[in-house]
Amino acid sequence: MEREFIITIFSENKVGILSQVTTVFTHRNVNIESIAASPSAIEGIHKYTIAVKNDPERVANLVKQIEKKVDVLKVFCYSPSEVVMQQLALYKVKRSRNVEELVRRHNVRILEIHDEYIVLEKTGHKAELDELYQILAPYGIYQFVSSGQVAIIKSRRELLDEYLKYVNEKRDRILSETK
Amino acid sequence: MNSGFSDITAAQPAKELPRITGSEAVIRSFIAEGVETIFGYPGGAIIPVYNALYDYRDRLNHILVRHEQCAIHAAQGYARVTGKTGVCIVTSGPGATNTVTGLADALLDSTPIVLISGQVASSQLGTDAFQEINFIEITQSVTKWNCQVKRAEDIPAAIARAFYIASSGRPGPVVVDITKDAQNGLTNFDYNPIKFIRSYQPYADICSDQILEAVRLINLSRKPMALVGQGVILANAEQELKEFLEKSGIPAASTLLGLSALPSDHPQYVGMLGMHGNYGPNIKNRDCDLLIAIGMRFDDRVTGDPSKFGINAKIIHLEIDPAEINKIVYADVPVLGNIKESLPMITERISQNDHSEWIDEFRVCANIEREDIIDPAIERRGAHLRMGEVVDAVSKEFDDAILVTDVGQQQMFASKYFKFKRSRSIITSGGLGTMGFGLPAAIGAKIGAPERDVCLFVGDGGLQMTSQELGTIYQSQVGVKIILMNNGYLGMVRQWQELFYDKRYSFTELVNPDFELLAKANRIAYRCVERHEDLDDAIREMHSTEGAFLLECRVEKEENVFPMVPAGAPVHDIRLE
Ligand SMILES: Cc1ncc(C[n+]2csc(CCOP(=O)(O)OP(=O)(O)O)c2C)c(N)n1
Ligand SMILES: [Mg+2]
Repeated sequence: MEREFIITIFSENKVGILSQVTTVFTHRNVNIESIAASPSAIEGIHKYTIAVKNDPERVANLVKQIEKKVDVLKVFCYSPSEVVMQQLALYKVKRSRNVEELVRRHNVRILEIHDEYIVLEKTGHKAELDELYQILAPYGIYQFVSSGQVAIIKSRRELLDEYLKYVNEKRDRILSETK
Repeated sequence: MNSGFSDITAAQPAKELPRITGSEAVIRSFIAEGVETIFGYPGGAIIPVYNALYDYRDRLNHILVRHEQCAIHAAQGYARVTGKTGVCIVTSGPGATNTVTGLADALLDSTPIVLISGQVASSQLGTDAFQEINFIEITQSVTKWNCQVKRAEDIPAAIARAFYIASSGRPGPVVVDITKDAQNGLTNFDYNPIKFIRSYQPYADICSDQILEAVRLINLSRKPMALVGQGVILANAEQELKEFLEKSGIPAASTLLGLSALPSDHPQYVGMLGMHGNYGPNIKNRDCDLLIAIGMRFDDRVTGDPSKFGINAKIIHLEIDPAEINKIVYADVPVLGNIKESLPMITERISQNDHSEWIDEFRVCANIEREDIIDPAIERRGAHLRMGEVVDAVSKEFDDAILVTDVGQQQMFASKYFKFKRSRSIITSGGLGTMGFGLPAAIGAKIGAPERDVCLFVGDGGLQMTSQELGTIYQSQVGVKIILMNNGYLGMVRQWQELFYDKRYSFTELVNPDFELLAKANRIAYRCVERHEDLDDAIREMHSTEGAFLLECRVEKEENVFPMVPAGAPVHDIRLE
């Protein structure tokens, strides 16, 4: 049974990691719904947020395959209820009185107004962005783009910090053994 | 990032560092890692490394192969008999792409390989320069790890990383792609082997709860079977396995790659698993109430239909690679970690037991197989020689040899009928099933274990995939014994066509060259045998001849390998005919 998952990947900040990660998806024939990359709160560690829809067992295997990549530090997998998620979309729409009215009703930001068109921005859940798209479509959308979903976990525990603490202890142990 | 890697190495006292070229740094890094033998092939983008190697010929033995794919296969053979990491050097572009099959083979069969590939100068990267290919991208999915080095000063750290990653945890192939300017640049040389990489934890902490649960299941089980994989050999855990088996009394079957971890005549050894494995361990799979998988990964050639594998059994999976747990078969008790540590923890806690009645059931199966299949296969009768009798006779003449096989029918006959006395005695391509693997792998095996006999069984199809390596054998005087099973067919495919495609032999018949001339052209001793009564004498001649020998056995053209589990069927549907 297919379900939605948010996979967060923490890696060393090196060239080519994204391609290492996406190889795993193509190899296992899993489609990426959306992807976002950014630095994490810890210096030198990069974070990728990937949304997928697939069955839980397949996703669990996928997570292990990603974690197997040498430059990947740690991978976490969440269901949507465990995280706060947002996505951003831009819409370039033909100008008309109706559109401007809609903008006011839907809590949408106007980024740019031109004689011909207007550029709108909306942040929210994927479903909300899709809904706005449907509403604007009849008025003529010239261009549309959306970012990957980004997510932050709700839990108070900082799982990556705990993991780093664990590996640092391991390192100290290995170093003291080799002295 | 200054060195390119922020790994932790053992602290070294400050010292005056020599200033050398990146190329020499490559060579000296090898020496620091204890490398003795390299397999390679030169070319424009790696000339500087070969130039540096010239001064180290007395310390590094370089084997010039005839095709880069074979550099990897030879290094695989070398690695698997020695337990060391196999090392290769090749040039950029075509030299590099030629290695891809070898890397894939090494990845699937967990063989530690370090490949150094030359690359165009960093200023030319991305310009489609002569012999430029994006090798990092190409090898992404056939390596455990890869990296590109563009500065001489980054070379030692990159190579240290490569050796650590290739050989630790679940071993595998790694690539270090070095640009020509990095090879030519100057650097201070300081080599620090790596012991720790933050993002790479090759050995999981063993969970004591899982050990206790495994112990509980083992003590309760009435019909357990151990499934021994190559992981036992890779972990050097043969002794630990023996102690576990002897205390528990549990019968043990082996995967193709796990062969020789346990001597063939061990009283608890019940044969090989898998599609062309032995009858007992397959048919009894359904009766088992507990399967203890030790360093194996439930390849589909072993499980048949995985949903029916061990259908009445609980499964304990001792495994080093977390990604293998629950990948194919659900493990009731996964025991993650190095089996060299986890296995003794289990042995210590289980009760001494005896399963001889249960083992007798396997013996009954073995007797059926012997009467119906093995005895007729090795019997010296019929109009033609047959593969089974050849393997049997070679195995008897060469006591305690290393068996190398190619892929196909001869692979299955050889692995089933050859007898093993000690570990690291079989080299075969399991996961990728690469035809052409055998000859170069045998070269590497012989170089890695010069004091042992190396017997290669190869088909007429497979030999012709890499027969150019006969040239390597002559140039480097590698004394491998080549037993060519000439059946005039791509036999294994022909068998499938016979059994499942109405005998429609579509492009599986081979019109072969004169193998005698092929041997002679490469100055290799040769003999052909066609009759049962000449077999022993021919094998003795091969044995007593110094150096390499090609023994062509003209065997029955349409023999089939049995028993056999039809593809996709449950393993207990194994067919005797
Ligand atoms: C590189 C490669 N190509 C094709 C195959 C498919 N294949 C598997 S076994 C086999 C026949 C091997 O024939 P031969 O080497 O004569 O050995 P035999 O089975 O006759 O003993 C083939 C073509 C393969 N395994 N590897
Ligand atoms: Mg053949």
